[in-house]
Amino acid sequence: MELSGLAGYAIFFFTVAGIYAVLALGLNVQWGYTGQINIGVAAFFAVGAYTSAILTTAPSPGHVGGFELPFVAGLIGAMICAGILAFFVGLVTLKLRGDYLAIASIGIAEIVRLFLKNEEWLTNGVRGIPAIPKPLSGLVVGGDPLLFLCVILFFVVLTYLVLERLFCSPWVRVLRAIRANEDAVLAAGKHVLWFRVEAFVFGSMIMGLGGALYAHFTMFISPEAFDPMFGTFLVWVMLIAGGSGNNKGALLGAVIIWGVWSGTEIFTSQLPDALVTRASALRIFLIGLLLEVILILRPQGLLPERPPKLSGSE
Amino acid sequence: MEVLQLIIYGIVLGSVITLGAIGVSLIFGILRFAHFAHGDMMTVGAYLALVGVGVLQWPMPVVFPLALAGTALVGIGIDRVIYRPLRKASPIIMLISSVGTALMLRSLVQIVWGPDNKIYEAGIDIPYRIWGLRIKPDQITIVLGAFALVVLLHLFLHRTRMGKAMRATSDNIDLAKVSGINTERVVLWTWIIAAAMAAAGGIFLGIDTRLNPIMGWRILLPVFTASILGGIGSIYGAIFGGLLIGVVQELSTLFISPAYKPAVAFGIMVIMLVVRPRGLLGGRQ
Amino acid sequence: MSLLTVQDITGGYGAADILHGVSITVNPGEIVSIIGPNGAGKSTVMKAVFGLIRIRKGRIFFQETEITGMRPDLIVRRGMCYVPQEYNIFPSLTVQENLEMGAFLRKGDPAKEIAKVYDLFPPIKDRRKQAAGTLSGGLRQMVAIGRALMLRPSLLLLDEPSAGLAPLFIDHIFKQIQKINRLGVGILMVEQNARQALRFSHRGYILVMGTNRYEDTGENLLGNREVAEMFLGG
Repeated sequence: MELSGLAGYAIFFFTVAGIYAVLALGLNVQWGYTGQINIGVAAFFAVGAYTSAILTTAPSPGHVGGFELPFVAGLIGAMICAGILAFFVGLVTLKLRGDYLAIASIGIAEIVRLFLKNEEWLTNGVRGIPAIPKPLSGLVVGGDPLLFLCVILFFVVLTYLVLERLFCSPWVRVLRAIRANEDAVLAAGKHVLWFRVEAFVFGSMIMGLGGALYAHFTMFISPEAFDPMFGTFLVWVMLIAGGSGNNKGALLGAVIIWGVWSGTEIFTSQLPDALVTRASALRIFLIGLLLEVILILRPQGLLPERPPKLSGSE
Repeated sequence: MEVLQLIIYGIVLGSVITLGAIGVSLIFGILRFAHFAHGDMMTVGAYLALVGVGVLQWPMPVVFPLALAGTALVGIGIDRVIYRPLRKASPIIMLISSVGTALMLRSLVQIVWGPDNKIYEAGIDIPYRIWGLRIKPDQITIVLGAFALVVLLHLFLHRTRMGKAMRATSDNIDLAKVSGINTERVVLWTWIIAAAMAAAGGIFLGIDTRLNPIMGWRILLPVFTASILGGIGSIYGAIFGGLLIGVVQELSTLFISPAYKPAVAFGIMVIMLVVRPRGLLGGRQ
Repeated sequence: MSLLTVQDITGGYGAADILHGVSITVNPGEIVSIIGPNGAGKSTVMKAVFGLIRIRKGRIFFQETEITGMRPDLIVRRGMCYVPQEYNIFPSLTVQENLEMGAFLRKGDPAKEIAKVYDLFPPIKDRRKQAAGTLSGGLRQMVAIGRALMLRPSLLLLDEPSAGLAPLFIDHIFKQIQKINRLGVGILMVEQNARQALRFSHRGYILVMGTNRYEDTGENLLGNREVAEMFLGG
C-alpha cells in the first residue's frame, strides 16, 4: 500500500511538473530567447485547454462543441487558437517597449478570463467542461496515470528537442541579437517586428499545447483552474529559478518549484480547515519571496544561460 | 439622464484611478520602471485603514492620514529591501520583481485578513438627490478628497525645493546629479508620495465599493492605462487619463455587458497603443 | 597654486581606453581650451575630471586637493561645476526653476545669484517663467551655463558651449564666457570651433587620439602654421 501510494503520488507529481515544464519552455521562447515579458501566460494556457476540450468532448446541451475529435486534433486546435490570439496581441504591442507588452498581457489574461466565465454558449461558463477524454485511457487496467505520464513526457521531450534544435538556428540567433541590441539588428536590415511576433506566437502555441495536455489530464476544466497564480506566476518563478534563457533550466525549474509548491501543501493540508485559505496565501507569499530572493541573489537562476554555439569552430 | 448618472459614477471611479496613476507616473518618471505592485499598494493602504476603523475604532478622518503614512513606510521599506539592490538591473527585471512584490503584498493581506469581502462601516449610505441624480455623500468625499490631494501635490511639486528637485530628476537624472541634487532623497520622497496617493486611492475604493485582497490587482490595469493615456511619466496626464478611463468605463455599460467592464480599460489601451503610443498628452517614451 | 592639474590620466568608458596619459593644467583666472579632431578624447577628459568616468591611471588635483575618483556631487561642493554638451537643462522646469536647481546645495535664498545670472544673460530674464525646453538653442545654452554658475564655482567645465548655435550667437557666447572669466571663474572648455575658442583662450591644448599633441598660449597656437593647417582648417 505504501509503495503504490508513493508511486501514485510520484506519477501525479511528474505529470503536473511535465505540464508546467511545457509552459515554462513556451515562456522561455518569449522571455529567454527574445526578452518579452508575458504576464498573461494563463490566457494562452486557458485558450489551449478550452479549445482542446471543446474539440474533443462529446456533444452537450450546455454549450457549443462536442466535435469528439481525437486527442491529437485537440492538441493541434489548441496550438492554433493560442497562436492566433498571440498573433493579434503581438501585432499591437510588440512594436513598443516591453512594459507595454507586460501590461497588455495582463489585459489579455483578464479578457480571456471574463470571456470564459461569461460566454456560456461556448465554454459553459463557471460550470466548466467535464468528461474530457484521456488518451490511451483503458488500454491497460489501472495503468491510466502511468500511460498519461508517458504521453506528457513524450511531449516534454519533443518540445525540448525542438527548442534545443532551434536554439542553434539562425532564427534564434537573430532573436537573441534583437534582445541584446535592437538597433544593430534594424541596421542590418532584418525586420525586427516580424521576428518578435513569430517568437511570441511560437511561445504561445507551446503554452496552448500545455493547456491542452492539462485539460486531458484533469478531464474537467473551469475558469478557476486558470487563475493567474497557477497559470502565470508559478511558471515565471519556475523559469527564473531554473535559469531563464536555458531550456534545461526551464525543465529543472518546473520540477523544483512544483516540488516546493507541492511540498508546502503537504504541510498546510495538515492544518485545520479554518486556516487553510490563510495557509495557501502563505504559500503564495513564499513563492513571491523566493522570486525576489532569486532576482536579488542569483538572477541568472540555477542553470545560467549559455550563448548558442556557432556553427563553425571558434 | 442615465448618461449623467454614469458620468458621476465614472468621476468617482476615475478619482480612484487617478490617485493610483499619479504614483505609477511618478515612479516611472524618476525610477524609470513600471511598478506592477502599485495596485496592491492601494490594497495595503485600504487594509491599514481597516485596522484603524475596524479594530481601533477610530474615526476615518483620523485614520486616513495615518494609513497614508503607514503605506508610505511600506513603500520606503519595499524600495530599500527589494528595489534598491536591483537598481542597476534593467527596468524589465525591476518590473518582474515588482510582480513578485505584488504577489507578496496581496498574500500578506490575505493571510492577515482572509479572502472575504470587508467594509469599513456597516449600514446603507443614503444618496443625495440633486436634479434627479443620485450621489452618495461618500462619493462626494471621494471626489473632493482626490481633488484636494492633487492640489496639494501640485503645490508640493511647484512650490517646494524638494518638489522642484523631483521634477528636475524626472526630467534629467544625470543633470540632477551633476547639479548636486541628492537623488537618493528624491527617490525617498517619490516613494512617500506615490505610496500615500496609492493608499488614498485604495481607501476611497474601499469606501465606494468594498475591500478584498485582490482589489488593487484588479484595478492595476485601469491605473496603468490611465498613466499611459496621459503619457507615462506625466502626472497631469495621469489625472486626465484616470478621469477619462473612469467615465468611459461606466459609460460603456450602456453598450456592452457590465460583466466586461474591467476589460474596457484594456480596450482603450489597445486603441491607444495602435493609434498614439506616446499618450494623448505626450510625455516621455 | 594651480586651479586644476590633470596628471597623466589614462582611461575610458569600458574596456578600451580613450585617454592615454593626458595632462592638463588650468591656472587661476585662465580660460583654457581643449581642441582636437573628433574622437580625440576631449569630452572624455572633461568627464574624467568631473568624476563621471573612471580613470585607470593618473591623478587629478583641484586647488591642490586630490579629487581622483571623487563622486561628482562631492566635486560640485568643492567649487567645480560642469555643463554637459547635450541634455544640459531641465526642459519641463522654468528658466527660474532651472537656476534654482543649480543652487540646490546652498542653504538659503539663491536670489542674489539668480540676479547675477540674469545680469550676465539678460534675454533669459524676460523668459524666466517659460519652460526651458521651449527656448531656442542659444537661450537654452545661457540657462545651462547659468545653472552651473549658481554655486559660484571657482572652475567651470564647459563641454562644447558653441555646439549647435548660430554663428552670430557663437561669438556672443564666447564673449559671455570671457565676462564670466573676468569675474574670477576659471574656465576649461572643450570646443569644436577651434579658431574662435583659441581666440578667447589664454592657453590651449590640442589632443589627438587621446594624447597631448600641442600646448601653448591661444595666440601662439593660432599663429602656428602647422597647427593652423592640421586643426584649424587652414
